Order: sequence, then C-alpha cells, then structure tokens
Amino acid sequence: MISLDFTLQQGSFVLQLHEQLDRGITALFGPSGSGKTTTLDAIAGLRRPRAGRIAVGDRVLFDASRSISLPPHARHVGYVPQDTALFPHMDVRRNVLYGRRAGLKLELDVVVKMLEVGHLLDRRVADLSGGERQRVALARALMSAPDLLLLDEPLAAVDVERRRRILPYLVRVRDDLGVPVIYVSHDRAEVDQLSDRVLVLDQGRVVSPAARTTDGRDTS
Amino acid sequence: MNMVQITLMTVAWAALATALVLPIGLLVAWGLSRGRFRGRLLLDTLVSLPLVMPPVATGLILLILLAPRGVIGGMLATLGIDVVFTWKAVVIAMAVMGLPLFVRTSRAGFEQVDRRYEQVAATLGASPFRVFVTVTLPLALPSVAAAAVLCFARAIGEFGATMMIAGSIPGSTRTLSVAIYSFAETGRDADAARLVLVSAAIAFAALSLSNFISSRSGVRA
Repeated sequence: MISLDFTLQQGSFVLQLHEQLDRGITALFGPSGSGKTTTLDAIAGLRRPRAGRIAVGDRVLFDASRSISLPPHARHVGYVPQDTALFPHMDVRRNVLYGRRAGLKLELDVVVKMLEVGHLLDRRVADLSGGERQRVALARALMSAPDLLLLDEPLAAVDVERRRRILPYLVRVRDDLGVPVIYVSHDRAEVDQLSDRVLVLDQGRVVSPAARTTDGRDTS
Repeated sequence: MNMVQITLMTVAWAALATALVLPIGLLVAWGLSRGRFRGRLLLDTLVSLPLVMPPVATGLILLILLAPRGVIGGMLATLGIDVVFTWKAVVIAMAVMGLPLFVRTSRAGFEQVDRRYEQVAATLGASPFRVFVTVTLPLALPSVAAAAVLCFARAIGEFGATMMIAGSIPGSTRTLSVAIYSFAETGRDADAARLVLVSAAIAFAALSLSNFISSRSGVRA
C-alpha cells in the first residue's frame, strides 16, 4: 500500500493528493503542468511538501506532523527521470551498478537478463539508442532494490515500434519482481495498455479517482 | 640567488598554494553553487574580495592578522611557528590571491552540472558526499582543472600582498615577480628581462593548458 496524502506549493501552483494506491502499476495521467513530475519529485524526496504524509508500505518517508522527511538517499525509491539521466562519465556497467545495495535482493545477472542489457554493459552511454537508455536506466534503478519505482514518461523518447518492445519489460518489473510502479504519461493509449489504475491529474488535483482501468486484474 | 633557483622556488610555492586552495576552494565553490545557508552572500563577497581589492591592501590585512602580535599570528607564535617574512607568508599570500579565481571558475563548473544527475544519484542511495565525489566533481572536472591552472598562474604573478607580508629576501622569500621588480629597480635590466621571459613562458603554458582543458570539456558536453 502506497499512501500519498500531501500538499505541495510551488509559487502559485498547489499540488494536493489524497490517494491510497495498491501495488501494481499506477499511471499518472494529465496535461503538462498538471503536477505529474512534481508528484514523483515529492515521493522521491526531491521536493518537500508543505504538509501531509507519504508512506510506502509501513515505511514513512514523509510526515509533516511528526517532522519526518527522509533524504532521497534513504528512501529506497527508484527514480527514472524523463531524460533517463544516465551518468555520462561512466560506462553502462558502472551506471547499472551505481546504486547496488549491500544485502542486495537482486543479482546483476537477473536484472541484466530481464531487461536484456547484457550486451550493452561495456558501451558508453553516448552510444546507446533511446530504447536502450530506458532499459539501462530501469536496470540501474532496479539494482538499488527499490521499494517503489517512479518512471517519468518512460516511453516518451522512443518511437511506437520500440515502445511496443519496452512495455513487456515494465510488466516484468511488476510481475516478476513485485516492485510497485508509479509512472507518468500523457499518452492515453499507453496508460490503458499498461497500468492497473490511473490517476488523472489536472491543475494539481486528482480529477478521476484511482479506478481500475482495463481488465479488472487483481492487484492487491 | 640565481634565476633558476628563483624560478623553481616560485613554481614550488605556487604549486603548494594551489594545493592549499584546492580543498578549501572546492568546499566554498560547492557550497556557493548548491547550498542555501545563512551568510551565503557574505561568504561570496568575502572570498571574492581579494580579486577587487588592491593586493597591497590585502597584504596589509594579512600582515596585521599574521604578525606575531596579530590574531592568527599570535596563536601560531605560541606554537613556535613564524609566518611573516618567511616562505610560508609567500605561500599564504599566493593562496589568498588565488582563491577567488579558483572559486569563481570551479563554481561556474558546478553550476553547469545538471542537478538531475545528482538527484538520481541520491535516489540510488548515494549520500551527499558520495554524490559530490562520484557525480558532481567528475562532471565539473574540466572547470575545476581550469580553475586550478588559473589559481596557479595567479600565484606565480603575485606581487603586492607578497611584498607586504614576505618582503623580498633573496634566497628566502624572493619570488619571480618580486625579483623582476628588484632587478629593474637596481638597474639589472638584463636580469629583469630574462625573468620576464620566464614568467611569460609560464603564463603562456598555464593559459594554453587551461584553454585546452576548457575546449575538451566543450566537446564532451
């Protein structure tokens, strides 16, 4: 269970969420400027809400009333930003291993195999295609054994064909590893295809609740 | 004292001053580019002050602070350390005058590093210190290296502050710049001219190195 219950103010923009999410894949859908990326930033600890509480399972990441705000490096929340932000001064292998945690749940082999990035490990980041970047960034985030994975428009930078090939990887993350995913998109078709539920954001508010979308799969 | 000795000692002192500036300058530059703390503007101004103040005036302030009866000099004196009019004063003068250049240049480099890389590194579990060492510093390295070269070159050229707190003691505190002045003053024009050539060569090499590093960083970005 992921609890997002917070208010965040940024200039005149106010983001307000009161949502409880089950595991599985949650899509944040909405026009640009509606607060999607800000939501991810708040969960990852990159922006500080004014009030409220954020928790993943029984781990409280932020609680204004108890003055709790874990720094990003203590949150165990994987974050793949829109441009992937792969470290340009490291090769793919060093990128993937950067966040490897001691007492690791995941072996490199497993992640590499699942995302099919083994042949890329010795490449330079600059030599990767858009789809490869996404997979490497996903592998890097997974190697830190996150309790929750945040993806900001993971498919925006790749064409339709590649998109179709990346979708299964995200499904594997959910089904094989059981890592809950929150991902941002402004593509309705993609959202319907991939997610277990959709939060539609508009001007910092959820305008449609966390309804199950497509197949009514059990996501508890 | 012969010219080779003057040159070598000046280069060694400038290198030492640069080594001294590096850790302090990195900390200040990083703090100014990333930190939000009280007194940030004051620190920014204080660090840059030697750049715009007359070096002689900076030298006099240093002299007052470091003299055996000064605030810092007094403490050092009880430890048996003499600073004023020794080679240590030369190094301190060089460091103080080089620090603003180092901070300004490396800070610009830190500000060019995309915050997204640092943020992602943090979400991957890296502490702020690890983020700095493994992400920020490597990405800003071209600027930091250029900053160190500029600091070194400035240290080589230091004159005003050095005169105030180290004087011009042959074989002990006489630097390249001070020697040029002394030689010209005492009519040894040929010797002065030779040292001018030496200092021009050092400056040329330093600037070329700095430009080379900057141009390479342009390619990488």
